[in-house]
Amino acid sequence: MHELSIAVSLVEAAEEEATKRGATGVSAVHLRLGPLSGVEKESLLFSYDLAAEGTPLKGSRLVIEDSPVMVFCTACQTCRPIRSLQSFCCATCDTPATDVVQGRELEVVALEIFE
Amino acid sequence: MTTAVPRLVEIRRNVLKQNDAIAGELRRRFREAGVCTVSLVSSPGSGKTAFLEKTLSRLRASHRVAALVGDLATENDAARLRRSLAPVRQIVTGTVCHLDATMVRDALDGWKLDELDFLFIENVGNLVCPSSYDLGEQLRLVLLSVTEGEDKPLKYPTIFNSADVAVITKVDLAAAVEFDWDSAVANIQAVRPNMQVLRVSAKTGDGLDEWLRFLRSTCLHEELARNGLLEGACSTSEQSRLGHTT
Repeated sequence: MHELSIAVSLVEAAEEEATKRGATGVSAVHLRLGPLSGVEKESLLFSYDLAAEGTPLKGSRLVIEDSPVMVFCTACQTCRPIRSLQSFCCATCDTPATDVVQGRELEVVALEIFE
Repeated sequence: MTTAVPRLVEIRRNVLKQNDAIAGELRRRFREAGVCTVSLVSSPGSGKTAFLEKTLSRLRASHRVAALVGDLATENDAARLRRSLAPVRQIVTGTVCHLDATMVRDALDGWKLDELDFLFIENVGNLVCPSSYDLGEQLRLVLLSVTEGEDKPLKYPTIFNSADVAVITKVDLAAAVEFDWDSAVANIQAVRPNMQVLRVSAKTGDGLDEWLRFLRSTCLHEELARNGLLEGACSTSEQSRLGHTT
């Protein structure tokens, strides 16, 4: 389980961004998470409080927005979801897909800050 | 007295920005030095070290090779790999279940990259955590031994999807465990369509020639790309990993 290391990096990143904006406190961190990031949502939520302990982010909420895998389907000539991670093909026409356009995200997309 | 209301500010910041920046810098150094860098991931005990030992011994006759090897606690793997007489450094990660770009950068300290043709990075045996970390490698190999079962790729789709090539190892044991080749290859390609699948036995040497041919041709491809003679030579997962850094 590497979610604790990820949670520590997440807290550091959020703290740095909050400081840059002159925040006096942070009430929530919004994260976009794709299944291909290799990070498990529940474990990350569990690790977050631990990682935030002793930092200015202590007591803040972690809000995770799922970012499902999307691929560019060469047959449909457009972006489509896949059947599943176990069947990496276009959900509409079943063409195998290799061009991933979404689903690797592990990024902070918003902060709720006090000024 | 009024209660302070938080303000929502939109930002866009990759959590692994620092790792990805270091990995990007490593990738640039590898390219400039003309060294082809290959990482190996697999579950513990699938034969990464034996595979690498044979690879180093065979390649050393004609190329300049070196290896970094990650392990939670011991130096055993480095000691085994040194029998190939190639330069090898162990990265002991302690409790950390994966290598990251900083560990790779620090372990390379003092090595002259331009005196190498191939650098191998053996990750910690783990099919989950290494998938999140870009190490700056040009090629990522995922190994699957016949004793692990054909459905491993379905259980760990993320890491199989992040790799460029799959290597099925311990093929000398395939008959004993009634390994179903068709099912294994179908499962690998279900999670990563079109991924090349190689079959190797480090014990008997079966498949090593094909693997080394593949490796040389991939690196030649890289070389041509570097010299501007070829378009789009960077591997698919490398593109993804590069994309990940934006």
